[in-house]
Amino acid sequence: MISEGEIEHIAKLSRLEFSEDKLEKFQKEFSAILEYVESLEKADIEGVEPMSHSIKVSNAFREDDPEDQGTRLNDNKKLLDAAPESKGDYLKSKSVF
Amino acid sequence: MEPDKLSIRQLHQELIDKKISAAELAKFFLDKIKKEDSKIRSFITITEELALKQAKMADEIIAKGNEELPLVGGIPCAIKDNILIDGIRCTSASKILESYTAPYDATVVKKLKDQGAVILGKTNMDEFAMGSSTENSAFFVTRNPRDTSRVPGGSSGGSAAAVAADFCKFSLGSDTGGSIRQPASFCGVAGLKPTYGAVSRYGVMAFASSLDQIGPFAKNSEDCQVVFDAIKGRDPLDSTSLDTVESQEELNLKNLRIGVPKEYFVSGMDKDVEKTIKSAIEKYEKMGAKIVEVSLPHTEYALPCYYIIATAEASANLARYDGIKYGSSEVNNPEVKDLLGVYIKSREKYFGSEVKRRIMLGTYVLSSGYYDAYYKRAQKVRTLIKNDFEKALSQADILLTPVSPTLPFKIGEKMDDPLSMYLSDIYTISVNLAGVGALSLPAGWVDLPSGRLPVGMQLIAKPFEEKKMFQAAAAFEKIN
Repeated sequence: MISEGEIEHIAKLSRLEFSEDKLEKFQKEFSAILEYVESLEKADIEGVEPMSHSIKVSNAFREDDPEDQGTRLNDNKKLLDAAPESKGDYLKSKSVF
Repeated sequence: MEPDKLSIRQLHQELIDKKISAAELAKFFLDKIKKEDSKIRSFITITEELALKQAKMADEIIAKGNEELPLVGGIPCAIKDNILIDGIRCTSASKILESYTAPYDATVVKKLKDQGAVILGKTNMDEFAMGSSTENSAFFVTRNPRDTSRVPGGSSGGSAAAVAADFCKFSLGSDTGGSIRQPASFCGVAGLKPTYGAVSRYGVMAFASSLDQIGPFAKNSEDCQVVFDAIKGRDPLDSTSLDTVESQEELNLKNLRIGVPKEYFVSGMDKDVEKTIKSAIEKYEKMGAKIVEVSLPHTEYALPCYYIIATAEASANLARYDGIKYGSSEVNNPEVKDLLGVYIKSREKYFGSEVKRRIMLGTYVLSSGYYDAYYKRAQKVRTLIKNDFEKALSQADILLTPVSPTLPFKIGEKMDDPLSMYLSDIYTISVNLAGVGALSLPAGWVDLPSGRLPVGMQLIAKPFEEKKMFQAAAAFEKIN
């Protein structure tokens, strides 16, 4: 079973947190799922290449054109409007430190 | 005329012949939704204004008469709520996007709009498409129109239920591990997971980018094909999209080799499901198709492989929901002191438990010290699974399998056991890992004391051979 400390570490990396009362239930479920995916250990992968995509894709480049930013968004104001907080043309956030 | 009983082509003809207008058609379905969706709850948002605007556009094309009305023009449809429509709320059934408005159209939506399709609303789903029952929606549970005590399947449960309940002629869903095919099977409709790359993903909220594909739901395979033709093709805004080159040859059932994977008929399958699928295989045999046994030897690894790859990609894709750029935020919570606090508190408060579980698993398998043992190993196993399909599809033209090992289950039945929920995708997940296309269509019905329930079968073909699946499906529908 995965330890509470390990779960807290992964939660930190995930930018999540679990309250005391939820931690124990999560620990149980998470351990069961981990145990299940560990069955991949039995697969014989000797000499097999890893794959990330089912079709052959390589980097696709476009011209660096200020008018064509590779998006259908036609108004940057829509992005600012979507932000919980903004000021002028900037997103606003709490201080980093 | 009963507009909800006609096919898309038939309705198209009615529109051209001016027996009904697109506006009347839109109102017919909007009224039906208003009257009956309270029992099913397939819609999160109704887009009446957009629907009437689109209907007007279709009616104008018909009135002018100098321009051909596309087949989907004037046809009422629904869109899964993880696909963007400019100016319309788009939630992915998550509290973190509860009041988010899409700033542009997804490519599939733009294509449908340009062809005059009438978008009636946005459908319910499992939060961020993570789930197999639509019970993980942060808002409400959708019910299966065939038996309202049961789930419609998921994650595109709202889109499947809306078609099954005749609230629209077709709908769009997304499929990362079975999220179109399994709900199509549970609701007794047809659903296509196109070949990876056949349909642009631009403007769909990413879950697992190497597996996600958008596809249609409709009452039958012909309608699915009409919609697929309307949305497919390379898109400069999605560098993984490709144009489909289709073979022109007509499928001859007498020469058709149907492959049945032996690993799919072992243990754990519901007896009624097994009987229905076997009877479908016999029907193909009677029509003259040759049935061949094929092997997908790495089937047992598909589900664990999927849950490593899909969650790894999801943990990266969902990092964007941070309480800063968009969506619900705890930035004004007085207890939150700094930027990290905004991230953590916003995500903790507004993500549902299944989403958190998958972000955690994805982060774990990518974390230092575990990457090789989990993620890299899964990528290698994925190659083995893809090779299995290449080999099987060299021995057969089409594979025929069940869609789900069980009948639609009861609401609440699997909610406390995430692993047993994951197992309901056992027959659909490999297809996404291999990147091939698959069509789910009704194979038959099972009579229970409580009523009849549908069983779906899955047809799988080589990449970009959707046409072959549609032809094989149409032959079956004719005799079933």
